Amino acid sequence: MATDLAPPPVKAVPRKPRRRDRLSVGAALLRYRWLYLMLLPGLVYFAIFKYLPMYGLTIAFQDFVPFLGYSGSEWVGLAHFQDLFTGPDFGRLLGNTLILALLMIVFAFPAPIIVALMLNELRFNVLKRSIQSLVYIPHFLSWTIVASLTYLLFSVDFGVIANWIHGFVGGAKVDYVAQAEWFRPIIVMQTLWKSTGWGTIIYLAALAGVNADQYEAARMDGAGRWRQFWHVTLPAIRPTIVVMAILTSGNLLDASFEQLWLMTNSLNRSTADVFDTFVYYVGITQGGYSYATAVGLFKGVAGVVLIFGCNWLAKRLGQRGLF
Amino acid sequence: MSAKKSVGHHTSVGSRVFDALNIMLLVGLALVTVLPLLYVLAGSFATESEIASRPFFLWPEKFVTSTYEYIFATDTFVRALITTIVVTAVGAVVQVILTLTMAYPLAKRYLPGRTLVLNLVIFTLVFSGGMIPTYLVVRDLGLLNSYWALILPLAINPFYLIIVKSFFQELPQALEEAARIDGCNEMGVFFKIVLPLSKPIIATFSLFYAVGIWNDYMSPLLYIDDNSKWTLQVIVRQLTSANAENALASLDSVFFPVEGLKFAVVVIATLPILFFYPFLQKHFAKGVLIGSVKE
Repeated sequence: MATDLAPPPVKAVPRKPRRRDRLSVGAALLRYRWLYLMLLPGLVYFAIFKYLPMYGLTIAFQDFVPFLGYSGSEWVGLAHFQDLFTGPDFGRLLGNTLILALLMIVFAFPAPIIVALMLNELRFNVLKRSIQSLVYIPHFLSWTIVASLTYLLFSVDFGVIANWIHGFVGGAKVDYVAQAEWFRPIIVMQTLWKSTGWGTIIYLAALAGVNADQYEAARMDGAGRWRQFWHVTLPAIRPTIVVMAILTSGNLLDASFEQLWLMTNSLNRSTADVFDTFVYYVGITQGGYSYATAVGLFKGVAGVVLIFGCNWLAKRLGQRGLF
Repeated sequence: MSAKKSVGHHTSVGSRVFDALNIMLLVGLALVTVLPLLYVLAGSFATESEIASRPFFLWPEKFVTSTYEYIFATDTFVRALITTIVVTAVGAVVQVILTLTMAYPLAKRYLPGRTLVLNLVIFTLVFSGGMIPTYLVVRDLGLLNSYWALILPLAINPFYLIIVKSFFQELPQALEEAARIDGCNEMGVFFKIVLPLSKPIIATFSLFYAVGIWNDYMSPLLYIDDNSKWTLQVIVRQLTSANAENALASLDSVFFPVEGLKFAVVVIATLPILFFYPFLQKHFAKGVLIGSVKE
């Protein structure tokens, strides 16, 4: 990604004049007609399913009536945004979204780093590989499965985990999946279970790239295991951590729609409602297309601001950014 | 760094305690990962009373298959299973073809306009129209309640596209040149030279896409209203969610293994993934790394 977004080099390297400098559009189309023909279906896909919806964002500024279409509907300017910011839902949505994002930063982001470092210290290769194979599995399971497992394990009647907790704590039985205060812990647990193992891969790859000589040299200097870890291992994965942090920042507000929607019910909505699920609720189930689009657009723009902000911050702190 | 005292790597007590703790924690993590899955598998073969009475087990006391017999005798399940298999297979083929044909021209550095297209693709990773505008496009295309709505809106994953593009760029160009000199046009080069060299990556991304469609819950939620067109993930959701009773009431039979059903349907939705898992693990890991290192 980084290379493609990089600006062209300022100093022109002397080289043969490139074909593209000389070809007119028509000549290029003719000369590369087969390549362009192959490109066409993909372009049509991106035009229809990616860029047409971006044009469709204009309905956030209209009172969209499907019958009248994008051009016929009445323009209302920022009315929907005004409704959103002054309405009763905004505080709850923003709060829930930000708290979930914060919990992800605190728990879900460091977990793969820690597990990767632990695996890196494991010297029995067979054991290491077996553990890796097992912890990767949940990544491939759907959120539906994860949600079902949660319901099965935490159900009041026969849920294994619910019963264990009940055995330890006593008191009245708790229906965890229907409690507003248990929503966030359950979401965090699900995310940790599903993503931690898979998340280690990228860090393990960075760790595998560390030259063994560096450890050797550190040992020669009298560094123990802890200091080798501190001075060799950690610096080796720092660039990876920074890149992953920037990437994560872009997705922070996209609090996984499927996961949250599957765990939301009428009893826990006070903590469960976030922008994404609210958009579905208002837009699809109630048909409030324009308002829902405005909410989605606000979230999307906030996400872009976040990712560029974090990238800028990373560069300010002397790290290599993403772009 | 001070050269005070060389701490032996494998000898010091602290180091050994750390190793022991480390192993215990990691094994514990692995167990936490797989035990729920094994429990559900065991539960799907257990009787209703055993599920209700035993707190946790990995092997049922009384091994019964009545739940599965019930499932495979019920139209709703069988139809959903067949639907999901067909949509997954057709969808993966369509998606992989679209991805390959778009990636190939983008791998040609000399193609005018290539950078513009790549940037347009990358922009979609940062910003998108979002749920409602996409829904309206799908609806305007008349794809609501069509299986194509589960396939086309996700036809090209930009990440996969970029990985495949990088793969094509790494292919030896000499072969392609030779074919061109022999009078092949680009299409011929693609089919005769490039595709045969790309079998591993084609297999990998077919599975990538297949897993995506198989696991997809959002698309059927958004685009499919018709109960007779439910996919497996929707069935799983309907049966195990908090308000499962409504869904259960709509089933064909009055008597059925309520709890066992939940376990078994989770198993059925999971098994194909686990079946392909060894292959997935090997190639997905590679794919992730190619994507992150190259781009």
